[in-house]
Amino acid sequence: MQLTKRAAAVDRSPMTLAEKIYIPSIMKGLSITMGHIFKKKATVSYPEVKRPFSPVFRGLHVLNRDEEGREKCTACGLCALACPAEAITMEAAERRPDEKHLYREEKYAAKYEINMLRCIFCGNCEEACPKDAIYMSETVMPANYTRKYFIYKKEDMLITDEQLKRRAAGQENR
Amino acid sequence: MLLLSIDWVFIIEKVALILIIILSSFGVAAYATWGERKVAAIMQDRIGPARAGKWGLLQPLADGGKLFFKEEIVPDRSTRWLFILAPGMFMVTALMTSAVIPWGPDFTIGTGAEMRSISLQVADINIGILFIFGVVSLGVYGIMLGGWASNNKFSLLSSIRAASQSISYELAMGLSLIALLMLTGSLSMRTIVEQQHGFWSDGWFSWNFFKQPLGFLIFLTCSFAELNRAPFDMPESESELNMGYHQEYSSMKLGLFLFAEYINMFISSAVLATLFFGGYNFPWMDNVQAAVPGGIFSLICVTVLMVKIIGFILFFMFIRWTLPRFRYDQLLNLGWKKLIPLALINMVITGFVILYFFNK
Repeated sequence: MQLTKRAAAVDRSPMTLAEKIYIPSIMKGLSITMGHIFKKKATVSYPEVKRPFSPVFRGLHVLNRDEEGREKCTACGLCALACPAEAITMEAAERRPDEKHLYREEKYAAKYEINMLRCIFCGNCEEACPKDAIYMSETVMPANYTRKYFIYKKEDMLITDEQLKRRAAGQENR
Repeated sequence: MLLLSIDWVFIIEKVALILIIILSSFGVAAYATWGERKVAAIMQDRIGPARAGKWGLLQPLADGGKLFFKEEIVPDRSTRWLFILAPGMFMVTALMTSAVIPWGPDFTIGTGAEMRSISLQVADINIGILFIFGVVSLGVYGIMLGGWASNNKFSLLSSIRAASQSISYELAMGLSLIALLMLTGSLSMRTIVEQQHGFWSDGWFSWNFFKQPLGFLIFLTCSFAELNRAPFDMPESESELNMGYHQEYSSMKLGLFLFAEYINMFISSAVLATLFFGGYNFPWMDNVQAAVPGGIFSLICVTVLMVKIIGFILFFMFIRWTLPRFRYDQLLNLGWKKLIPLALINMVITGFVILYFFNK
């Protein structure tokens, strides 16, 4: 009984003389491997050449700031709620009048931690955020020797001035 | 220069020649490891070693250095001195074969009465081929002792395989050569090469390959088996025996085993080129000889031989990265049931042809 259209019958007929001699098969095999000499190499010489990330790639988290450099996060906790791995911890605080240049709204995240060992990089936090404050960059998480290192603080994730500048110049797509 | 009735210059020449041959075998073998990785990479659409130096050309040095500085481990239950002896033995036998291979015609310096000709062959013994066979069969002792002294079941299995494989294939190898020896009438490598002078003589190609194609094929197949190279790499089939006879070895002992294999490949290519592909002979060599001085001519000849050797090494590599490994019983079947009868038939046909067509 044929289950699929791709099924092929196994040829169990005895070997012909040419097959028994084996040399024609060797020649055939050699011609295939020789043909590969001229094929395009699949290697990407990594540190010099980098493969572009796919547009849907979800890498390390970045905490966003607005054009004036103020943090966007209001510590609403929706990302922590959305997180299926429960990797996000935060503590809210109220903005003092002299901190207006630092935080965009009255409430901000005094502490914001993501445990990268728990994080599954699903991107739910990015989707849950109503303030566009957290997004996932095109960076692969670096390895380290200690577990402590993998608990990323707010300072580790906050977008840098340089990144902001580059984004303003349109060099970074996100 | 005669002192105590010993020709000292002669001895110095020979020692220099031996040094050059051994060092160049090391060099070729080192770059064969690099070449093997490159060939494998290219056939698998990769680029291979590319970090150490330009095109990864310093890779053999890096590998060697790494092996030298690795921790040396000798298994507790091993037969210690045999364990240490084995890689050295493998290496020595690998290097010994190069003694009888004529690397080129005599190298001449000076002119007239001052002229001195240096033979580019360490020893022109009249039983050259027998010597090679003897040393090659000694070569398996390295593997056997190594595998046995390791006191490891996989290593032991591997050395048993190596022994039976080399015994079965040496027979076919020798028989295929007998047909060739009927043509040449000499066991001396130098005579065999000189008979293949040029490329064309007496209305037929002068290279033995064109006189003994079947013999060449059998000999080639057997050299694959003798070299323990894919598709006949039974002794170190990594998927069945982990690494076979060198499983317990570490550091430079392992390095010697791996390295001697490549030296074996180099020497075996040299033997193949010498016996069947005219050694250092090349088409229109008489015209070239007339045009250039003797010293340069012999260097050209050496280059030609090296090109042939490198061609064979590349062929060995192409085969390795093309064919899957034979099963152990298939290997022995091929040796005993196919190659030996074939070699015998080849012998009979050659004898018949010589007797009825060339018996003047």
